Amino acid sequence: MDSSKSKIGVFILGWGAALVIFFPILWMLLTGFKTEVEAISTPPKLFFTPTLENYYAVFERADYMSFAINSIVISVVATALAILIAVPAAYAMAFFPTKRTRGTLLWMLSTKMMPPVGVLVPMYLLFRDFGILDTRTGLIIIYTLMNLPIVIWMLYTFFKEVPGEILEAGRMDGARARQEVTELLLPLALPGIASTALLSIILCWNEAFWSLNLSAHNAAPLTAFIASFSSPEGLFWAKLSAASTLAIAPILVFGWMSQRQLVRGLTFGAVK
Amino acid sequence: MSASIATGAVKSAPTVRRSGQKVRTLPFVAPAVLILLVWMIVPLAMTLYFSAMRYNLLNPVVEFAGIGNYQYLLEDPSLWTSMWNTLVLVGSVLVITVVAGTLLAVLFDQDFPGRGVARLFAIAPFFVMPTVSALIWKNLLMHPINGIFGWFSRLFGFQPVDWFAEYPMTAVIMIVSWQWIPFALLILLTAIQSLDNEQKEAARMDGAGPISMFFFIILPHLGRAISVVVMIETIFLLTVFAEIFVTTSGGPGLATTNLAFLIYVRALLEYDVGGASAGGVIAIILANIVAFFVVRTVARNLEA
Amino acid sequence: MIKKTHFLGLLTATILAGTTAVQAQTRLTIATVNNGDMIVMQKLSSKFEQANPDIKLDWVVLEENVLRQRVTTDIATKGGQYDVLTIGTYEVPIWAMQGWIKKFDNLPAAYDVNDVLKPVREGLSYNNELYALPFYAESSMTYYRKDLVQKAGMTMPDQPTYQQIKDLAAKIHDPANQVYGICLRGKPGWGENMAFISTMVNTFGGQWFDQNWNTKIDSPEWKEAITLYIDLLKNYGPPGASSNGFNENLAMFSNGQCGMWIDSTVASGMLYNPATSKVADKLGFAQAPIASWPKGSNWLWSWALAVPESSKKEDAAKKFVTWATSKEYIQLVGETEGWVSAPPGTRQSTYENKQYLDAAPFAKFVETAIETADPVNTTKNPKAYVGVQFAGIPEFQAIGTQTGQTMAAALTGQMKLDQALKTAQSAAERAMKQAGYPKK
Repeated sequence: MDSSKSKIGVFILGWGAALVIFFPILWMLLTGFKTEVEAISTPPKLFFTPTLENYYAVFERADYMSFAINSIVISVVATALAILIAVPAAYAMAFFPTKRTRGTLLWMLSTKMMPPVGVLVPMYLLFRDFGILDTRTGLIIIYTLMNLPIVIWMLYTFFKEVPGEILEAGRMDGARARQEVTELLLPLALPGIASTALLSIILCWNEAFWSLNLSAHNAAPLTAFIASFSSPEGLFWAKLSAASTLAIAPILVFGWMSQRQLVRGLTFGAVK
Repeated sequence: MSASIATGAVKSAPTVRRSGQKVRTLPFVAPAVLILLVWMIVPLAMTLYFSAMRYNLLNPVVEFAGIGNYQYLLEDPSLWTSMWNTLVLVGSVLVITVVAGTLLAVLFDQDFPGRGVARLFAIAPFFVMPTVSALIWKNLLMHPINGIFGWFSRLFGFQPVDWFAEYPMTAVIMIVSWQWIPFALLILLTAIQSLDNEQKEAARMDGAGPISMFFFIILPHLGRAISVVVMIETIFLLTVFAEIFVTTSGGPGLATTNLAFLIYVRALLEYDVGGASAGGVIAIILANIVAFFVVRTVARNLEA
Repeated sequence: MIKKTHFLGLLTATILAGTTAVQAQTRLTIATVNNGDMIVMQKLSSKFEQANPDIKLDWVVLEENVLRQRVTTDIATKGGQYDVLTIGTYEVPIWAMQGWIKKFDNLPAAYDVNDVLKPVREGLSYNNELYALPFYAESSMTYYRKDLVQKAGMTMPDQPTYQQIKDLAAKIHDPANQVYGICLRGKPGWGENMAFISTMVNTFGGQWFDQNWNTKIDSPEWKEAITLYIDLLKNYGPPGASSNGFNENLAMFSNGQCGMWIDSTVASGMLYNPATSKVADKLGFAQAPIASWPKGSNWLWSWALAVPESSKKEDAAKKFVTWATSKEYIQLVGETEGWVSAPPGTRQSTYENKQYLDAAPFAKFVETAIETADPVNTTKNPKAYVGVQFAGIPEFQAIGTQTGQTMAAALTGQMKLDQALKTAQSAAERAMKQAGYPKK
């Protein structure tokens, strides 16, 4: 009797908390289907006839697909590159630690703590000289570098959990380093690599500083798409909500589908 | 100490002893380290160079300024305000997300109908772009006239709060915390779920109530996970920018100007490349100090 | 191994696919602000592409702040990412002086450059040569709700004083029904709250700098103006005024939440259009309010299209700019979007067009406001700078933005007014000294 009461309590609390946290997103979703006048009416309209006019307006003004494709290509390729570079580094650090391993890891992480705007002009000049302003290549390079420290660190924690004996045994059979990595280590650490990749993709997708400043038209991802809707003239809440929904929907769905996988990586070895 | 900082898995990750075989690790680590070095050093060198130059984008005569830019910045009262704001923002969000994350994690560890779906809802903010979440909060929720919060307070007969004017820093902290609570929740929940059921059962047998259970069994178990949350969040929170840019533009006055935003003002509102570079150098120094302390504390915790 | 090579190949292919574009046509990258008139331009530009099949237009539409940073960074570093830029009266002379943008000489006779209103043309010139063509131009004026003023038993003069504005605001203010006496810009920024505050200071007899570039912010004129500004917004303004810029106020006024609003003339087209405004039938107009110095009470700004020196497609770019600022374009907007939406403020012919005058009863107010704005002889006491609501020097953006922040702090009560003026004064002095003023 007591336990069933507390069950109900937990149910209400759990769902209450979830809905409170989710509310802003839900409200944005709903607002995107209202007319502009309904969107700012007080008291807020909970029941209304949904309209697609904002979505039509958004699609008419901006080539959503071009922005979305840029976001996808840039996030995926930058993530793949970062993992390609990080796997050997993490392997060496995890299995052959030296005195400098810790220092190197920490130093890598500290590179992420500087506000990017401090180096914008130097980077802009570099990009200009290499002719990669407003190209996907340019953004891919930036994102690869930006996420490399976190990617190395995450992979490192996964590799550390792979029992060294397995690799040792492989070595006895004459496996060379490359085979050791590709045939023994990677299959074992695959879940970890997957979750690292997921996090990296999410971080790339949501990055809004470099993408805005180093792209114009050809390479502009969804963060630039949002910047063109953020404060236009007149009533704009409904259109803004529609555009926002379009910008976050792909990554939200992707994140939801992969959340179980993602969690494993996020714990950074703190949970076994 | 070395490896444990990052993993905290000292016991479970045996060091591989390569008897009789020397392994050259350099070829493996070198590409990543080299790339990061270039990534670090080229912009850093350029930043250092520009920080010693008088260079305004709108007035493109580059001339040597010596320590002029640093002097100008250090004499500027807004620098100290912005450093303080940075610490307030990082500190508050850390406290809020860890506390809320822990409570939510305990809650979502309980079994209740639809828990899986509820959990999906609760982690959703983590996937939302900072620009978008700031826009939603500013326009749809916190707007004193048409926002939901304002409507709620009028419903109960209160004057709506003008968030970005009256409590600007609190408002920014709320938005940033909302984005990071899911992260804390995810990690802490996983940590709780890894807790031995037998251990819990044993404690319950000993007559531990839910509260003492939380303080004596669950919380100590979460130590490492909390450390990870703190460390990762610190890295991202030190450079919070989009939320401030969209909502308050650092104001009113300097109320929400953090270091990242101050440098942005120098670089892209004043186009003072020299001053922004000097600010960048100061930010690097500050980041390393914070990194040093955070990492030390966290490392000690992970060691235990 | 094979797998890996394959993957890498795929990768390179993907990257390359993004960078190699078909070069059969001339592609122009156009950077513009997400204001209503520009969005119409983007929409109608397909007409231009039809008429010029060898030119393809790529649009970069961004909000004003972001756009300004993007194009400034690009042009100052000669990044060369854009072929057409949308910039304002503030930037054009400075950028022209730096040699960053191309001169518009040899305009075709059909363009009829003398049809462009003189103050607007002069604002976009450097050494008497035109460096950008105006897309639309604006001054400031007073909007009010006829019904509310009438209900209060009062009338709005054609040119009110700030005292009259205050009295009206007090009468109209009805927060219980979410109608606020007056809406003004409070959002910090040199192009936001400072644009309005500068004109207010001007008409109270103040100014940014004197003849010798001495900063004049801690003067009694500033104090008098800002005191009234804060008084108006605090007592008769909407909550959240310190976050309201032009767009937010436009949204509120068109939603019927403001009794009065002093802002850009360009809003008239949108407020008078029943499709975008709930108050179209109750809208009244007056000149911008005045105080002791009636001159300089209204600002002057135009959004103009320019071609960067770094563009390699000068001919095509100029062709587009000429098209988008021509009489024919205004005609096209009038016919397709309705005359009330025609880009205002640029051409004499627009204000002689019967169709426009019929559709836009505010036209004469706008024309008068623009023609009376004088960027040179603005203030009561002589000044060294050119510009009504800004000072035409590169350093002004920084000073204006910082002052704007401080004024917002004074508005929200985070700072006392005296302290705010002192802070703004010393920050501006610091910046001017750093920049090497006073210059000879």
